[in-house]
Amino acid sequence: MNKRILTLVLVVMAMVVLSALPAAAQDDVFRVAAVAPSATNDLAFSQSMYKALTMLDEEMGDGFDFVFQENTFVVDDAAVALREWASSGEYDLIIAHGSQYGSIIEELAPEFPEVSFAWGTDVNTYGLDNVFAYTAAADQGGYLNGAMAAYMSESGTIGVVGPIEVGDAKLYIDGFVAGAQAVNPDVQVLVNYIQSFSDVPLATEAANTFVANGADILTGSAQMVVGPIAVAKENGLLWFGTQASQAELAEGAGVMFQVYRWDTILRDMIEKIQGGTLGGEAYTLTLANGGLQMVMGQAGG
Amino acid sequence: MHSSNLRAFLDRLIDGLLPLLSLIAALAVASLLLIALNADVGQAYAALLEGAFGTQNAFAETLVKAIPVMFVAIGICVAFRANVINIGGEGQMIAGALAGTTATLALSGAPSLVIIVAALAAGFLAGALYGGLAGFLKAQFNVNEILSTIMLNQVAVQMMNFLLNGPLLDPSEQGLNHIPKTARIVAEAQLPRLVIGLPDGTLLFDRTRLHYGLLIAIVLAAVIYIILWRTPIGYRIRAVGYNERASRYAGISVGRQMVLSMFLAGGCAGLAGVVQVLGLQYRLQTDGSPAGFTANAGFNGIVAALFGGLNPFGAIPASILFGGLLVGAQNMQRDLGIPASLITTINGIVVVFVVSSQILVKWRGRRRAQQSTTRTEVPLDSPIVVEQQA
Amino acid sequence: MIENILAPSVFATCLRLATPYLFAAIGEMFGQRSGVLNLGVEGIMLMGAFFAHYVVLSTGSLLLGVIGALIAGLVMGIAVAFVNVTLKAEQGISGIGVYLFGLGMSELLFKTLVGTPRSVSGFPPLHIPVLSDIQFLGIGQIFFQHNLLVYVAFALVPISAYVLRRTPLGLMIRAVGQNPEAADAMGISVTRVRYMTVIFGAMMAGLAGASLSIALLNVFQQNLTSGLGFIAIALVYFGRWRPFGVMLGALLFSFVNALQLQISAIGIDVPSEFAVMAPYVITIIALVFASKQTEKPTALTKPFDRGE
Repeated sequence: MNKRILTLVLVVMAMVVLSALPAAAQDDVFRVAAVAPSATNDLAFSQSMYKALTMLDEEMGDGFDFVFQENTFVVDDAAVALREWASSGEYDLIIAHGSQYGSIIEELAPEFPEVSFAWGTDVNTYGLDNVFAYTAAADQGGYLNGAMAAYMSESGTIGVVGPIEVGDAKLYIDGFVAGAQAVNPDVQVLVNYIQSFSDVPLATEAANTFVANGADILTGSAQMVVGPIAVAKENGLLWFGTQASQAELAEGAGVMFQVYRWDTILRDMIEKIQGGTLGGEAYTLTLANGGLQMVMGQAGG
Repeated sequence: MHSSNLRAFLDRLIDGLLPLLSLIAALAVASLLLIALNADVGQAYAALLEGAFGTQNAFAETLVKAIPVMFVAIGICVAFRANVINIGGEGQMIAGALAGTTATLALSGAPSLVIIVAALAAGFLAGALYGGLAGFLKAQFNVNEILSTIMLNQVAVQMMNFLLNGPLLDPSEQGLNHIPKTARIVAEAQLPRLVIGLPDGTLLFDRTRLHYGLLIAIVLAAVIYIILWRTPIGYRIRAVGYNERASRYAGISVGRQMVLSMFLAGGCAGLAGVVQVLGLQYRLQTDGSPAGFTANAGFNGIVAALFGGLNPFGAIPASILFGGLLVGAQNMQRDLGIPASLITTINGIVVVFVVSSQILVKWRGRRRAQQSTTRTEVPLDSPIVVEQQA
Repeated sequence: MIENILAPSVFATCLRLATPYLFAAIGEMFGQRSGVLNLGVEGIMLMGAFFAHYVVLSTGSLLLGVIGALIAGLVMGIAVAFVNVTLKAEQGISGIGVYLFGLGMSELLFKTLVGTPRSVSGFPPLHIPVLSDIQFLGIGQIFFQHNLLVYVAFALVPISAYVLRRTPLGLMIRAVGQNPEAADAMGISVTRVRYMTVIFGAMMAGLAGASLSIALLNVFQQNLTSGLGFIAIALVYFGRWRPFGVMLGALLFSFVNALQLQISAIGIDVPSEFAVMAPYVITIIALVFASKQTEKPTALTKPFDRGE
């Protein structure tokens, strides 16, 4: 490519400075912008937030509006989006849905003290008045799932397919193991962190390997569990899920799903922001506060 | 202007504009997809352009996105000139970032310049050794470098996952949510933001995230350019790439040039990794996938290097154009709710169209060569090298 | 302990894991043998995987699903051949473009036409009579209880070797890859041969995708292949452009992978990062000790020009 001309073109493009930024929103519509690492149809982490926002959208009608940037697994791409939204002044709440985005919020929030941010899953508001933190006590549902699984297992072997050993996946799996062992100390819970959130082929063979070693119940966390769910179905085994309901996909194999109800805390945040409080609070979804819900699958009914 | 001069000028202008025209053609084809999804084509492309170059901040973000791509692309110029196909930019970036971040954290408290220089050196060296390993395997054991670099990328990712989850884990993270990331680097280790003062007193790129990594990349491009075209080292590297057998007969140690070219290429990619930490992220963190940290710069750098004609100075504008496409595309998603997957699709179409348009440049060059005796560089015999008329 | 680690199921897993690699790598090998590097395998696999899955979801017919994947591969293959052979584009870059296109397009179609992940009933395991019941060394379980596509993939290996070595077509392909000028002088159409191999390779990549989405995994999700296509390309180099060499590479890589899964499954405590790393490291090490002879097609990645 001819570099001189290319440079020229770039300079010309750079000079296309557009008219002033749109004025800040002054109407009654509550506007939310959110960024998430995977797709809105992942049956897992990103879908749980997308669904919560869709729910609020239906509830509040014209009084609510949201934009959603999905598939932002590149951490720095989220930084661009979050900064763009913050400086536009158009949004009443900006959500960074992924614990890997924490350091961006730590940088950004002090620069825009008039903008309200929320991020998770974590409990750290960095001591800032305009940051909400949210997390899910995924170990609680994990414990219930684990206890139920140990109770239902006939072979005494349960397989767990995990992504990397972090965040709510680790919480869920630790809770699951504890729950299973509380019910039956002899139950064998085999855990494999496959080091990827998205590698369906590897997750599937990890599940198959558990089955070959006698597992009659499977569980797991992250979006690659669609593979293990299919394994459970094909082998007539049982599946326990988390993050979002996978009951439809799991059909007859699904027993119980821990579902994140982010809408419960979002409602509270919206109320606070409308009342002038922009942050400073850390929320935790629990079974007690209704933020975590256990949904029965066909095999659990 | 003399008519033949005018003609030559027009020829060059058209050659230079061809990639741009093919870019436009690609966007025209992609607009069919936008229409199929009921998106307003005009609005979509306006959002793309605005998001990439529309404001000072947008342009700064484009440059920020382009910086790691530049480093990798500059290194790729060396490797591909030696006819060594380095697909390992991702792994080398990670190696550089790990070593550079470790050095930075170890030197907390030292003067700013000491930390930065040591971190850059550590990053370069780690990337260079990791790249050099693939070069060594090729020279010594005839292990194809495409194979080894693809495999080594995965090894580096797992190494990063292990280190960030264990020895390098941010002390404040332990027990909490356990996010795999290092501690934040001290302020002295951070590369300053780059603000350009214009003669009339206005400040360019004020309050943006543009950092000194851009200048380091330009310096690196100059250094690599000089090595490649002004030193015996570069001559030997290019000779091996041009004709391996002839070089061997001429007494050049082919194996050594392969290792050296991979060493330099890996070093450049290593710098990309450490600069990303020192200039932008201020810590190393992962989501378990390579792209979470590298943003695919290790691959995009290959495309940028080839678009830039395997010339370090061509790689820089090509990286900027690529960065603009990526940053602008995200703006499309934000402003108009266009799905991320459509944007990936459009990027693919653009790459295919732009690379295909090269045949027109070659064809025009050949026709000119037939018509006149003006000096035309014949495309080199090496597989990947695209030589164009300067 | 050791019999736990080397249980028959590990070998069965290995054969399953190797299946998509075999389809993709054998197909890619033909293209490379004729001188064309198609770096876009991963993107074509994704398109094949999506179409197979979608067709089976909507019609319930596995045969139509396979045909869908082959057609997706065919269309992508024609495009790849046109760009790389006719337009003589830089193969290293155009492949990345094809990959991005397939990655984005398959996800876009999935999102628009299917929505959230759904499963299909794919190719069932065939319990081959008598043979599948052999208990000795677990042979029945290892070899004779797989789905149809696993057998097709392995059958492809000797067939490809035969075609390449013993048929006029194979000779033409090798000639075009080794010395296109001479092949051209002998009256072989370099362009036509390269179109054929590239399109065949793409169709096999489509089938590789189908082997995931309607046989081994039976679901589709964005980026379902997650890098399989690139490993397949590496395996072509591992196998030094010979079908049995490619198969050996696919088996080695898959075996180490199956082994690391087994090690975690029976509760042996190895840091999972190193377990996941193992197949990649061992593949490189294996190659260090492998023969140094190479049969690399000399015209690989070089567009053919008659110099007219």
